[in-house]
Amino acid sequence: MSLRPRLDKPWQPLTAETAQRLPGQLGVYQVADAEGTVLFIGQAGARSPFGLRSELQREHRERGDGCQFRVEVNQQYRTRWFELLMVHSADHGSLPRDNAKNPPPLGRLSPS
Amino acid sequence: MDFEPSAEQQMLIDQVRRFVREEIIPLEARLDPDASELDPADHARLVEKTKAMGLFGIDIPKEYGGPDIDIVTRVLLAIEMAQHRAGLYVPCYGTFGGAGLAQIFEANDDQKERYLYPTLRGEKKAFFGLTEPSGGSDPARAIQTKAERKDNGWVLNGAKIFISNADRAQYGIVFARTDASKGRAGITCFIIDSDTPGFHVRRVVHTLRSSHYATELEFKDCWVSDHQVLGEVNKGFAVANDRLTRQRIPYAAGCIGVAIAAHEMAIEWAKMRTTFGEKLANRQAVQWMLVDNEIDIRTARHFTLEAAEKARRGLPFKIEASIAKLIASEGGGRVVDRSMQIHGGMGMTKDLPLERWYREMRIRRVGEGPSEVQRMVIAREILGSNLR
Repeated sequence: MSLRPRLDKPWQPLTAETAQRLPGQLGVYQVADAEGTVLFIGQAGARSPFGLRSELQREHRERGDGCQFRVEVNQQYRTRWFELLMVHSADHGSLPRDNAKNPPPLGRLSPS
Repeated sequence: MDFEPSAEQQMLIDQVRRFVREEIIPLEARLDPDASELDPADHARLVEKTKAMGLFGIDIPKEYGGPDIDIVTRVLLAIEMAQHRAGLYVPCYGTFGGAGLAQIFEANDDQKERYLYPTLRGEKKAFFGLTEPSGGSDPARAIQTKAERKDNGWVLNGAKIFISNADRAQYGIVFARTDASKGRAGITCFIIDSDTPGFHVRRVVHTLRSSHYATELEFKDCWVSDHQVLGEVNKGFAVANDRLTRQRIPYAAGCIGVAIAAHEMAIEWAKMRTTFGEKLANRQAVQWMLVDNEIDIRTARHFTLEAAEKARRGLPFKIEASIAKLIASEGGGRVVDRSMQIHGGMGMTKDLPLERWYREMRIRRVGEGPSEVQRMVIAREILGSNLR
């Protein structure tokens, strides 16, 4: 019954080309540095013009080459985003660096 | 019974209607379609407005500082407060304040100091821990979380599921079995602080209500003192049951509010939209859908106000509350569904609130006791009365 709470797909390099190939769907994503340290957990909500594609294209424009990303298409992008942030906090003791700058209101989770 | 609002009630209705249309809906236009929270600055500003209106803490009893508004009027206002995108589950984003969980008013003086008053001041939030993986509609039998006597207190072991706000609350009201041999007479209600060792929020549970998640809880050798027992040992079921009955009336009111909003949108669209050279409003198929909407809304409104009126008079209202909840949740779902049909493709998009209402309204037929349980409650009351 329990779904996987962590996003553990393989990382892909964040480039203009990989972002361009992404679906225009709703979902969540993570951006990491070259070593795989998660820098940011984001969501592509219904106000994103082209969903995950728009969000990752924006991430690439702002961060340049050298980062990695992974995405999950998910209609429940909002609750999934909260879940990923809480699980990350539980696993690492803090939010990803770029989420910590403007943290959303979060609960406490003790995932198994 | 005459359910036409009095002049004073109408004034309050107009006031809340203006608030929703002028304050809430414009802010909502900038939020994510699935948002459940306002920006904190906007929330604080609007709370000041509801306080100035004299309507903050509307559900708080007068003796605890509430504005002393009877339940019929509160139902009329709840119908208004629900008429925006997030309104079914987060009417006006909580800017009218909350009374906390009804059970906490049953607390003793010490517990009131530690939990009730901080809750009414907005300093603490609570969760309601009843449903378990083994079931929710039949708590008398489904509750398997155990509380066993130990060291002048109780040790809880077990799990709860579909619990809202447990990850953000400072405490919760949790039902556990204290006597396995006694069925519903063996359940006790506990107040559990969220930082109690052995209490864990294990995972997020995603549902149709994608604006908000539920959680799954685990109690693992979670010890609490006797001071955390709410009410009497083995009498927790009555506390749960009373709350569930009372909750059905405002629950129905929220469904009616959303149904009205969807219906009004459908009427406007039908008057405006032309297909095959004719306004939708001129087509009998659409007219009949709108008529059925109107009938569903008026029926739900009548029975919900009847339940509220009985509660206001201090009369038994168990059957009426179940009928209201049943009719409003089922009828409201039909109204939203028809309104989407009238809107065609636009009705399926996140541009409009209809798709969110459609998903959230579906949950209402299950939440707070599914339709089938409401029918069981009504049947029991009817047959019981006949047998007497």
